[in-house]
Amino acid sequence: MNKKYWILGLIIILTLVVVTPAIAQNNTPPTDDEVNSLAKNMYCPVCENIPLDVCGTAACAQWRQQISDMLGDGFSDQEIYDFFALQYGDRVLAQPPRTGLNWLVYIVPPAAILIFAFVVFSYMKNKQKPTTDPMVAEAVEEQKEDEDDYQSQLENELKKRL
Amino acid sequence: MTVNIGYGALVLTFIVSLYAIGAAIYGERNKKPRWVDSARNAMVLIFPLLTISAGALILLLVNNDFQVEYVASVTSRSMPTYLRVTALWGGQPGSLLFWSWLMAGFASAVTLRKWDRDREFLPWVIVVTLATLVFFLLLVVFYENPFVRMWQTPVGSVLTQIFQPTGSIPYVPGDGRGLNPLLRHPGMIIHPPLLYLGFVAFVIPFAFAIAALITGRTDDRWIRITRRWTLWAWLFLSLGLILGGRWAYDVLGWGGYWAWDPVEISALLPWLAATPFLHSVMIQEKRGMLKHWNMLLIIFTYDLMIFGTFLTRSGVLSSVHSFAQSAIGPLFFAFIGVTLIVSLYLLSRRWDELKAEAQFTSWLSRESLFMINNLLFVGILVVCFWGMIFPLISEIFTGQKVTVGPVFYENATGPLWLALLFLMGVAPLSAWRASTAKSLGRNLWKPAVISFLVPIILLLTGMISMAAILTFWMGAFVFSVTLYEFYKGAMARHKRAGENFFVALWTLMGRNRRRYGGYIIHLGVIFMAVGIIGLEVFQTETQGSLALGESLELGPYTMVYTSLSEFDTDDNRNVARAVVEVYEGDEFLTELYPRKDFFYESQQPMTIPGVRSTMEDDFYVIMADWKPITTKNATFKVYHNPLVNWLWVGSIIFILGTFVAAWPEKEDSPKRAKKSVSASEKV
Repeated sequence: MNKKYWILGLIIILTLVVVTPAIAQNNTPPTDDEVNSLAKNMYCPVCENIPLDVCGTAACAQWRQQISDMLGDGFSDQEIYDFFALQYGDRVLAQPPRTGLNWLVYIVPPAAILIFAFVVFSYMKNKQKPTTDPMVAEAVEEQKEDEDDYQSQLENELKKRL
Repeated sequence: MTVNIGYGALVLTFIVSLYAIGAAIYGERNKKPRWVDSARNAMVLIFPLLTISAGALILLLVNNDFQVEYVASVTSRSMPTYLRVTALWGGQPGSLLFWSWLMAGFASAVTLRKWDRDREFLPWVIVVTLATLVFFLLLVVFYENPFVRMWQTPVGSVLTQIFQPTGSIPYVPGDGRGLNPLLRHPGMIIHPPLLYLGFVAFVIPFAFAIAALITGRTDDRWIRITRRWTLWAWLFLSLGLILGGRWAYDVLGWGGYWAWDPVEISALLPWLAATPFLHSVMIQEKRGMLKHWNMLLIIFTYDLMIFGTFLTRSGVLSSVHSFAQSAIGPLFFAFIGVTLIVSLYLLSRRWDELKAEAQFTSWLSRESLFMINNLLFVGILVVCFWGMIFPLISEIFTGQKVTVGPVFYENATGPLWLALLFLMGVAPLSAWRASTAKSLGRNLWKPAVISFLVPIILLLTGMISMAAILTFWMGAFVFSVTLYEFYKGAMARHKRAGENFFVALWTLMGRNRRRYGGYIIHLGVIFMAVGIIGLEVFQTETQGSLALGESLELGPYTMVYTSLSEFDTDDNRNVARAVVEVYEGDEFLTELYPRKDFFYESQQPMTIPGVRSTMEDDFYVIMADWKPITTKNATFKVYHNPLVNWLWVGSIIFILGTFVAAWPEKEDSPKRAKKSVSASEKV
């Protein structure tokens, strides 16, 4: 019984796989906006740092045409990204795929920020010792006394006057 | 003749700079002040000398002396005179000379200040400043010489040398290749000089920091001396970045101002180190703390500035291979390494002497919040630095380059920028040394309540973007806090001295330029944030190929394509210019003229958008080269950019605030210094 359902399911899936592109081909061709929504996440290897959707070179126009054709043939967005990455390397994608060494690009910044935050907070927490030279500390404190209280004196002035 | 004068002055500057370094070290080591004075005089001389050199190159550019290789590569006969002058920084050799010239200006200027109270710094400031200059002059004289001429040998080949090879005759091309079209925009004409000014000006605070480390004068004197130098450097750098953004918006034709391009990021990195430095030096001045940290920040600002120049000049961004082939890439790399190692070594030697004179007493004190501000800026710096160099790391280790695009930076830095915005509201109301939650709450509650209306109104009007709601909320909060600060200060003066409220406000700002200049900068940042969110969150776009009379709709607007003309201009351009009418509903608003220029000399196209700008939004039309354009059909890419002009308004306010903070005032004498910082006096 179960086997029958499996076979039936397989037939349905295969039918969909075969028929879907055919149906898609009958649809109206993709609009420029549909092409650009993919192209803006891609870069050609020649035009450095210019997204594909705004690059004016003939090569990039060909790529956009290719995207348009693939959309017309019913390929999904991911399949199109995969196709171009396979053909021209991962650099065509706007973000490195999360594999292998590329993980570093995502992990290092938050790790560095967390470590730095830990160092800063530890420093602030542990900075309880007064200076070894009390004379220096006293002199500095005295010199800066009136600067420190700008805010509170402003408040006092306002209280008195208003 | 002009070439010989320019080149001679350049070589002479190089020799004089080397002499000044030697004389300063000799005089300092052997206690012979006359040698130090001689070094100082030599340093005064380098600006006039390099002015002769830069002037000679400008003359060659203006006179179309195409025998000079650099002139032939960046100018052409059809270019107007002002563009030939700006071609000075239109190519690598010229821009390195220009960089050196500006650097020499700052170097000579710093020697003219009064040194009576800081005499011990002088020799080392000369050494550090001129060592940086010598490095750049080395590149100009030996590797990227803008005075190199072209010579034709008897066998017909063309050689490039300064002096005439035996048997050769001068080779003069009929015309030059012309300046890169992208560099012909007014924004690009001013953007590089300002960016360079920002870069080179940071050499001065760095030189004083290193002088303080060498001499052991580890109090905050070096910070007080360089306070205004730093602010001016920051002003130029900020202005350079903003104008770069404006240029990108007007010229690059993608409807945005910032693409997270590595070249842009390399210019942003020194700014990201300098901005926390500007904040944290206040902690050292007021509390005698964070001395190590300030040294580190100025060292990193300096090295990131050199690093940024290295990245854009060495070709390393294209590929690590082009770095290896580049003559100047390895030299830059070595220079950065040496300066960083030497600076950190000097810092380590003085580590114990730089201990804090006070301690953190409260998590809510001004110094604690400034420290968190530093943490956030450095966090953004790490993200940007890592994202920028990761493609190189990937190429080195895997042989495959990857692209780290805008989405990475936006996602990673967005929350950090938002947290910074929040801190801008809280930190000014906290007190130095100690703030309690109660005292802070007392100051904050009124602005907080007012600002809370903003997210409520936005939610009621149907806004769903959390990024936008939070940013507008924080913006309203900081805006209320900042205005309240102005109001409180002015009212206190008004009541005490009986001054007119506006006079009181003016006097208050005049007496506390740094504080109120900082507040004005904060106001500018809020407006900039509104513009940024407008573009990043609410921008919409569409594209379509239209026949004459057909229309495209986007947002509340409709554009109708009415005509296209194609013609050649006197300055060797072919222009394809469309005329489109813009309507809102049935109401005609304006005509726009998006066009495509093709420059025959450089064989490069340039896209000029047609833009209808209001404070509410921009309607930005590009004639895209999607399909071959005929006079009957054209493809247009259209952007609707809500609120984007608040970015430029905010930028102007930001710059005005920096002017207020950086405006020179008489340096306080030691006696007056204490009096002048009295809060009651200020109020």
